[in-house]
Amino acid sequence: MPARFRIVAQAIAVLLAMVAIAAIPAGIELFTVMQLTLFAAMAVLALSLAFIWGFGGILSFGQTAFFGLGGYAYAVAAINFQDSTPAILLAIVVPALFAAVLGYFVFFGRISDVYLGVITLTVTLILFNCVNSTSGEEYHIGKALLGGFNGMPSVPTFNMPFDPSQVLSPEQSWYITAGALLAVFLLLRLLLALPAGRVIVAVRENEVRASLLGYDPRLIKCLTFILGGAIAGLAGALYVNWGAFVSPTIFSLSLSAEIIIWITVGGLGTLLGPIVGCVLIEYIVANIGSQQLLNSNLVLGAVLLVFVLLLPKGLVPTARDLLLRLVPAPRPKVERLDETLSSQAAPPHPAGAE
Amino acid sequence: MAELVPLLKAEHLTMRFGGVVANDDITFTLDEMELRCLIGPNGAGKSTFFKTLTGQLVPTSGAIAFRGLPIAGKESHQIARMGIGIKTQVPNVFNGLSVRENIWLAVRRRATPRQQGPAVNAVLEMIRLTDHADRIVATLAHGQRQWVEIGMVLAAEPELILLDEPAAGMTDEETFHTAAIIREINQTRAIIVVEHDMEFIKQIAKKVTVFHQGRVLVEDTVSKVLADQRVRDVYLGKKVAA
Amino acid sequence: MAIYVILALDVLNGIASLFLLCLGLAIIFGMMKIINLAHGEFVMLGAYATVISANAGVNIWIAMLVVAPLFVGLMGLVIERCLIRFLYGRLVDSMLATWGLSLLIIGIITTIFGNTQQGVPTPLGGFSIGAYQSSYYTLFLAGMALLMMAVVYGVMRYTRFGLIARATMQNPAMAATLGVNPARVYMSTFAVGAAVTGLAGGLLAPVSGITPGMGGAYVAKAFMTVVGGGAAILSGTMSAASLFGAVNQLGAYFTTPVYGEVIVFTTAIVLIRLLPQGISDRFFKGNL
Repeated sequence: MPARFRIVAQAIAVLLAMVAIAAIPAGIELFTVMQLTLFAAMAVLALSLAFIWGFGGILSFGQTAFFGLGGYAYAVAAINFQDSTPAILLAIVVPALFAAVLGYFVFFGRISDVYLGVITLTVTLILFNCVNSTSGEEYHIGKALLGGFNGMPSVPTFNMPFDPSQVLSPEQSWYITAGALLAVFLLLRLLLALPAGRVIVAVRENEVRASLLGYDPRLIKCLTFILGGAIAGLAGALYVNWGAFVSPTIFSLSLSAEIIIWITVGGLGTLLGPIVGCVLIEYIVANIGSQQLLNSNLVLGAVLLVFVLLLPKGLVPTARDLLLRLVPAPRPKVERLDETLSSQAAPPHPAGAE
Repeated sequence: MAELVPLLKAEHLTMRFGGVVANDDITFTLDEMELRCLIGPNGAGKSTFFKTLTGQLVPTSGAIAFRGLPIAGKESHQIARMGIGIKTQVPNVFNGLSVRENIWLAVRRRATPRQQGPAVNAVLEMIRLTDHADRIVATLAHGQRQWVEIGMVLAAEPELILLDEPAAGMTDEETFHTAAIIREINQTRAIIVVEHDMEFIKQIAKKVTVFHQGRVLVEDTVSKVLADQRVRDVYLGKKVAA
Repeated sequence: MAIYVILALDVLNGIASLFLLCLGLAIIFGMMKIINLAHGEFVMLGAYATVISANAGVNIWIAMLVVAPLFVGLMGLVIERCLIRFLYGRLVDSMLATWGLSLLIIGIITTIFGNTQQGVPTPLGGFSIGAYQSSYYTLFLAGMALLMMAVVYGVMRYTRFGLIARATMQNPAMAATLGVNPARVYMSTFAVGAAVTGLAGGLLAPVSGITPGMGGAYVAKAFMTVVGGGAAILSGTMSAASLFGAVNQLGAYFTTPVYGEVIVFTTAIVLIRLLPQGISDRFFKGNL
């Protein structure tokens, strides 16, 4: 597709998305809007791992560490400041700082990718254990009691910027959450089109060559990791805003697994895929929970197995390939052969920025 | 009187892997714009020596100076930024990106945004891949991928170029073309080439260093080295004192 | 004085349990470089096999030492044929697929047995040291750990199977040219690794709360230990298990059990940072 046509098509898609976001509360009942708000918050979390894994080549098994830190940072700050605006900022900054420390430790220590997965998993467990044992009056940050395994109830939800008296309604929370999702999506797309984004992809493609060209792969990966942490933190704040509640289960290992499932199902190496995968899986999980026949672990496990073995590219890239084959676009033959070959030659990391 | 600092000087360079001494007290000097070939049988230590120059290995002891600046033990990206370009034995290119993007990533470290376009096109011309510029590198033939890598190395405009088996896996025609590129590059910068292909060496070499069992056996002009009986013996596996 | 003996027994218990838990994983990871994230579930299956057969009247020792490893070994064989063998060389895919497998197994067991905790009484009884109580089972576990170490060492070092296994581990292509079928070796190794893990599950059944989700607590620790131990299956795993087991128990004793976990996790991270190839790369290079 010629570049200009693509940009116009993408701009139209963005406009449609904005219209849809604005129109949803008008046409859909409140309960569903709130469910969609939850999905949107989770989708932001999906994007954080989709970016660092699909484009940066960093498979983190513990993205919930940053999700949880963001959630708790928001809760503690919101209770202390009685204003959500600085709380949201802290929800982004605190996980980013933590990611910086952990990233420095891991990437500048030249730890291989496999062990990175084990370390991030372990960090999540550490955080879960620590926060879980903070029951009791003595565990508090400022005015906020951490609450241990019971969590922190009655967390103040979002209010209008710097105006604590105007708390957001559920519809407005939807606008903010979905808007944040769209904004993060666009931000990442933009980043990937800029030289910095190409360098991130290059480091994933071939770290040796990137360093032989003068790029410091340790620094690039660390920065990528920090961005992922910041986005996950934002997702944490959005999530706590939705439920007005946070507990140690936000650090759960099973949620870490689910994020990976969303991306595997939706399509690694794309940005849209993980969003689709997230909404789809979360919808399935929500509906399984309400019936007795099938255990949710069983279904999730089976889904993951099926996708890894049979549909390794995921839903969105597979759908896109099918569509491209259907549409008889007038493209030079050489290019099409390349696309087919490149999709075979470069599993499981298709390099395109989608 | 001020002594002319050689472009590259390795002194008492030793590389040990556990009990194996891959490089034993190597002293090596390279002058500006010199073309040097490193040859020797398998296991002689050429590639190990090469990797200490590129930062892929940290030498156990010894010093390496690039225009007087120490580089032994530095990170690869630091050495690359100092002006040393490296083409590795197994092609290290960005397989999932297009030829143009590969070259561009190399070019952008040296060129302003405005210069980047023409610079990329110039490199594509030189490696004769202009028509394939938008193809994904993974789909190219092996020889073409080698050229992409050579192009990337050149695009960064290094002052010293290290080539590890640039003709490996190439057809005779491709080898001939690669030799032409190397001679052309040598008009403006120094090159160290590690190679096995004797026909290729004959096409490009001037001075040759022969490695044997981790040490330098002989260092002389190509004709003298290829006529040296010790070199022949070493390649045939006979025991030769270094 | 007595308290130190008790503490030492606790540490011994921690080390022995961790070693038994990790041995099967070390065999599988060491041989095939497969990250089996369903490892915890193999332990769980061994525990369930023990509980079910013991409650059905089988002698507890037979249930632990025979039924559990046989059952899980068989499961391992089936899983290797149906799933794992498609994943060799695909590191990330093997992680994802085995995670899916882990969820699937948990789901199946939950569907069959429900979520309530099962248990089986600890055999052997206890003894006192001074004012404190300890259990003979602790000594039994330590003995089993030593026995397993000796058995694995013996098999690897002195049997034909062990030699073939070690050769395939070091250089599969070369072994193939010598007439060995690497696929067969991987299959039997995975089954053996699974059986050893099942045995660990059986041995730990009397001292754990047995639920479908119990495996989750073991996966992270097992991987940390195997990764921290490095390529040497026995010396690496034993040294890592000793370090982490001791740190865990001592940490739990001097602070709280939860912080004991935190301390051991932190130790593991620091260890991997300092010795990226594991303990055996530094101290036991080339050994079993």
